[in-house]
Amino acid sequence: MVFNAPTQHPSLTEDELRELYRLLVTVRHLDTSAIAWQRQGLIPGYAPEFGQEAAQVGSGYAVDPTLDFVFPTYREMGVARAMGVDMVEYMSTHKATWHGGLYNPAETHLAPIQAVVAGSVLHAVGWAHGQTLSGLPLEQRGVALTYFGDGASSQGDVHEAMNFAAVMKAPVVFFSQNNGWAISVPTESQVAGGSVAARAAGYGMESVRIDGNDVEAVVRATRQAIDHARAGHGPVVIEAMTYRRGPHSTSDDPGRYRTLEDERSDGGEDPVTRLRTRLLDAGIIDEAFIAESLEAAKAEEESIRNGVVALEPRPGNEMFDFVFQEPTQALKAQAAAWREESEHV
Amino acid sequence: MSEHTTASDLDAAQDNTVETDTQQQSRENVFPSETAKTTTMSMQAALNLALSETLEDNPKTVIFGEDVGKLGGVFRITDGLQTKFGADRVFDTPLAESGILGMSVGLAMAGFHPIPEVQFDGFAYPAINQIVCQIGRMNYRSRGTMPMPITLRVPSFGGIRAPEHHGESLEALFAHVPGLKVVSPSSPHEAYHLLKHSATRPDPVIFMEPKSRYWQKGEVDLKNAGSVEGSKVVRPGKHLTLVAWGAMVARCLQVAELAAEDGIEIEVLDLRWLKPIDAGGLAASVAKTRRAVVVHEAPRTSGLGAEVAALISEQCFGTLKAPVERITGFDVPYPSGDLEDEYIPNIDRILFGIQRVLEYRRG
Ligand SMILES: Cc1ncc(C[n+]2csc(CCOP(=O)(O)OP(=O)(O)O)c2C)c(N)n1
Repeated sequence: MVFNAPTQHPSLTEDELRELYRLLVTVRHLDTSAIAWQRQGLIPGYAPEFGQEAAQVGSGYAVDPTLDFVFPTYREMGVARAMGVDMVEYMSTHKATWHGGLYNPAETHLAPIQAVVAGSVLHAVGWAHGQTLSGLPLEQRGVALTYFGDGASSQGDVHEAMNFAAVMKAPVVFFSQNNGWAISVPTESQVAGGSVAARAAGYGMESVRIDGNDVEAVVRATRQAIDHARAGHGPVVIEAMTYRRGPHSTSDDPGRYRTLEDERSDGGEDPVTRLRTRLLDAGIIDEAFIAESLEAAKAEEESIRNGVVALEPRPGNEMFDFVFQEPTQALKAQAAAWREESEHV
Repeated sequence: MSEHTTASDLDAAQDNTVETDTQQQSRENVFPSETAKTTTMSMQAALNLALSETLEDNPKTVIFGEDVGKLGGVFRITDGLQTKFGADRVFDTPLAESGILGMSVGLAMAGFHPIPEVQFDGFAYPAINQIVCQIGRMNYRSRGTMPMPITLRVPSFGGIRAPEHHGESLEALFAHVPGLKVVSPSSPHEAYHLLKHSATRPDPVIFMEPKSRYWQKGEVDLKNAGSVEGSKVVRPGKHLTLVAWGAMVARCLQVAELAAEDGIEIEVLDLRWLKPIDAGGLAASVAKTRRAVVVHEAPRTSGLGAEVAALISEQCFGTLKAPVERITGFDVPYPSGDLEDEYIPNIDRILFGIQRVLEYRRG
């Protein structure tokens, strides 16, 4: 496959590349650990991103979390980590502690974890249009970055969102991770025409298809798209070509729809090894740095794991507390009856 | 019958009213003098005025939907608002309901108070995913950090002989969804105050406008809302409580008028809020009359009448003289114009229901 990675945005500094390497290793380690946590019964389920680290870390890294706002799906752990979201609070969704995560989406600028595929793509457009309506100077306006898969791109909401955003010139970056699969359905049976990016042309907006396994290409393309949107030139579609290695979720059995051999040959080069090789060859990192990065990742995972172990179920009254800002009498009565009749008090 | 015919029929209806072209002018009509407390206007004008004042009061309010800008909406509820407040505050969107409601979520996240419109009730269906999965849950999902102060205006119910999907009764669907509130005004006064109230709340409200009442005039007390919460006794009586909302309130008042000729004093309770339902108001009325009939246009099975009946029997079982009766639409798709009168509870059907309850004897 040939990718047309954009080249306009400046290359990354050596410091940035080292930071990206650390992030990739951290996310890889946390992701594979989370699968193990599920097998050990610590969490009931998890949606791994094994193979998508460069697409996630690279795009999340390009975001300015003080200005921009990110709308994830259920698989954006790497984005969340790159944005600096508290990982224990993030993992609380996977521990079934709270839908959407315990982190504060208003503060972190990462919308709650979204289980409905394409559910939040339109929210990004609304949020972005709000930036236009804010009347702030262009450089102070945020850009909405919305994630969705190749499967999700079949949803009508994605098409409505692209059309709305293009008509309104809303500052949105549609970041599609084409990981080859929507559970068991391959892209060729999912995306007519084979390309999500190609659809942008129909909406009269910019698009780019990039090598989603090349973290540097992802950072540069995302920065360029964000700059474009922030400058008031309208939305952009990025289709990051990547590959979901392993299962779709911890309850998936990929052996039913592809072989390990397919996975090896279609998956291409591993995004983490790829950056390691490049940076080693360029003399930007050395073996000591590599070892140290892995140690740091392990320590971080250990502390997150402890945090997840310590996560207690939320007090039952919270089930009632967050339905409304102004709860109804009926709901208050249900909460009171629950308190009286349950042993949880 | 096309949407065009619908709109022009409504135009014809509008001609009978004295509402003038622009919001500016109609506001002058609305305020004949500073001292006047009440004024007569149509529900359309009342809603329009409520929106105008809401836009004025809260700069974060935005109105959008299909044809709400230049045209002022097919029912003219947003008439003149774009001229007055600009195309940033009142704007037309592409024709996509899921898009309109999904966009509302993002705008609410960005600190705005969206007042989206879906053009007709039947076109809320394409947006159900966003309404149920997103709007109703975002406050919960975000642990209260992302309130959804969205007021979705839905021209609702039948009675205007519209084509398919232009007359539906979706209240039970919406009321069943956690995280949503649902209200329906029955008169211009209620329309004005309930809309202004809804549009300033931090939670999502589905605002169901009875489109067959848009051009009916009534007294509006602009200064004194009265209570904007719970139900309202719109006619007191002692023999039986008729519970209704939206367009059915006017019909029930007619029925009560007729029954009074036979010496039967019927209390008409305008439920107003379909979520939360005013259980206390229901109990108070039925405790007095000891008999109740619920009237709604929506299909009978799993309709809101079942909820009302259950609330009444929970609270008034001992005092009830007869089971709660439901006079409703039927379990059929909302029929087209010619059959509408057979479907929507009419005066006779309501009177028969009242008779059955009054004559009920324990078996
Ligand atoms: C609206 C909706 N339909 C079905 C599902 C069940 N489901 C979860 S993930 C998925 C596949 C999504 O594929 P894609 O969008 O390519 O994202 P990926 O999981 O590959 O990252 C399906 C069908 C869902 N979550 N939401």
